[in-house]
Amino acid sequence: MPGVEGFMYPNEVSLYWSVLIVLYPFITGLVAGAFILASLERVFRVEAVKPTYRLALLTALAFLIVAPLPLQLHLGHPERSYEMYMTPHRTSAMAMFGFVYLWYLMAVLVVEIWLDFRADIVALSQSTTGWKHWMYWAMTLGSANVSERALAIDERVGWVVTLIGIPSAFLLHGYVGFIFGSIKANPWWSSPLMPVVFIFSAMVSGIAAVMLLYMALMRLRKQPIDMRCVDTVASYLFYIFIVDFSLEMLDLIHRIYEADESFRSLDFMVHTRLYFSQIVLQILLGTLAPILLLFVAQVTKLSEPTRKKIYAVSGSLALVGILAMRWNVVIGGQLFSKSFLGYTTYKMALATREGLLVAIGLTLLPLLILAVLMKVLPPWPEKKHASIPEAVAAH
Amino acid sequence: MRLFRDAGHLFRLAGLFAFGTLFILTIRSFLVPRTFGEYGHYRGAAIAEVAAHPARFAGHQTCETCHTDVAQTKAAGKHAQVNCEACHGPQAKHADDPSSVDPGKPDTAVLCVRCHEASAARPKDFPQVNAGDHSGGVPCQTCHQPHSPAIGSASAPASAAGGTK
Repeated sequence: MPGVEGFMYPNEVSLYWSVLIVLYPFITGLVAGAFILASLERVFRVEAVKPTYRLALLTALAFLIVAPLPLQLHLGHPERSYEMYMTPHRTSAMAMFGFVYLWYLMAVLVVEIWLDFRADIVALSQSTTGWKHWMYWAMTLGSANVSERALAIDERVGWVVTLIGIPSAFLLHGYVGFIFGSIKANPWWSSPLMPVVFIFSAMVSGIAAVMLLYMALMRLRKQPIDMRCVDTVASYLFYIFIVDFSLEMLDLIHRIYEADESFRSLDFMVHTRLYFSQIVLQILLGTLAPILLLFVAQVTKLSEPTRKKIYAVSGSLALVGILAMRWNVVIGGQLFSKSFLGYTTYKMALATREGLLVAIGLTLLPLLILAVLMKVLPPWPEKKHASIPEAVAAH
Repeated sequence: MRLFRDAGHLFRLAGLFAFGTLFILTIRSFLVPRTFGEYGHYRGAAIAEVAAHPARFAGHQTCETCHTDVAQTKAAGKHAQVNCEACHGPQAKHADDPSSVDPGKPDTAVLCVRCHEASAARPKDFPQVNAGDHSGGVPCQTCHQPHSPAIGSASAPASAAGGTK
């Protein structure tokens, strides 16, 4: 049989979880990571990262809106998916996750963005006309109270929401790791470390994505990049990357030392079918190279342009590495036989419902949504001041 | 009182959430079937609906009331435990009206390999062959009598008499 080597059970020959299921944890990871970066400013009062705060929140929202789409496209009957909310099954992790998603979207992210942008929304509702005025007026919920005391209450409530949001973000992405880690029949997935590794890799990808977006947007807007901010974000990226890499190595060492009955088969797979995506892309290019680059930027005194280049390259490599990690988990876990005697091949379709073109579209869609969100709710401080009329600001 | 005024927008937000929750619960009350959860995590009325479907299988006892000769042959052979309709398909219509509903005979070249094509996933002592090498597309019943398949058994086709097992 083409693409099959050794012995495969009949139901193992073709893969059920495609590239869209690779994309799904990648996208939710970006959400969780971006939110945790935003929470640094809000809860831990890291003032240096403030310029990325609003951008991180909007990025998290843009990606969170797209997060369920790969799953919907994967479902045979997507029109039935709402049943998960209508008649939830309490013993199903996937069903319960539907509520985690809803909670995170509605009770955490939307509320936090609303509270933070409320003064701007009120100002925009007063300075715009026509449909824009009505849109912003609806977003104010009919309350134009932006007095100092009202904003202070918003600040306090926003802090509490962020505080609740941090464990929610951990839960959101921890679930994705859990869904793989809890499959005891698959030795490539079954590991209690899986949710933890997923959370830390999510933070790496989210922080890298917001850092890259911030630098790219500043360049596009011909504005100077706040190097104090980017340096701080890059240092957090470096520290979390080290924790993430240590956890992944711990998992690997544990597997090598334990060397259970699946080890030879999985080891063979890593050295053959997954060699490029695991060893080259994930570990060498996607983890060690950016860690090394960030390390150099941390310990040496480099010029500003060099640091910018290092951050751009290491951020991009980190994203490639995390995407490769998702690929190796999702696709790698379906390439070997439960008999440990054979291997199959994943042939990605091009223009089908779960093909490459749809995957590229779903990767770009959050950026499009982010562009719209930034148009509706400008995240930049200078724009904020320009858009708030004096009278409202003084109110 | 001042707190209520300055936190008014938060009460509006809470009201919106309460309205949203109520809205979803109202929709849910319409969408979830009334008998859902009556016996388990499914629509209770589905059981009665499925039970009301006309029977498609007659059952081997019904077959054996007419086809006594086949029942005897089968009982003495390796396929004694294989149900009639496992190979012949559901035959309730034929049982209800034997003269006008002809069930037809299954194509043994297709049917037998469903169980007997060689596969490492099958028990070693289960009879299995590589059909292509074994018969080259010739229907199995040329040599094997499906109701008592061992060659050399009393009911084997004449063409296979003296053949190897």
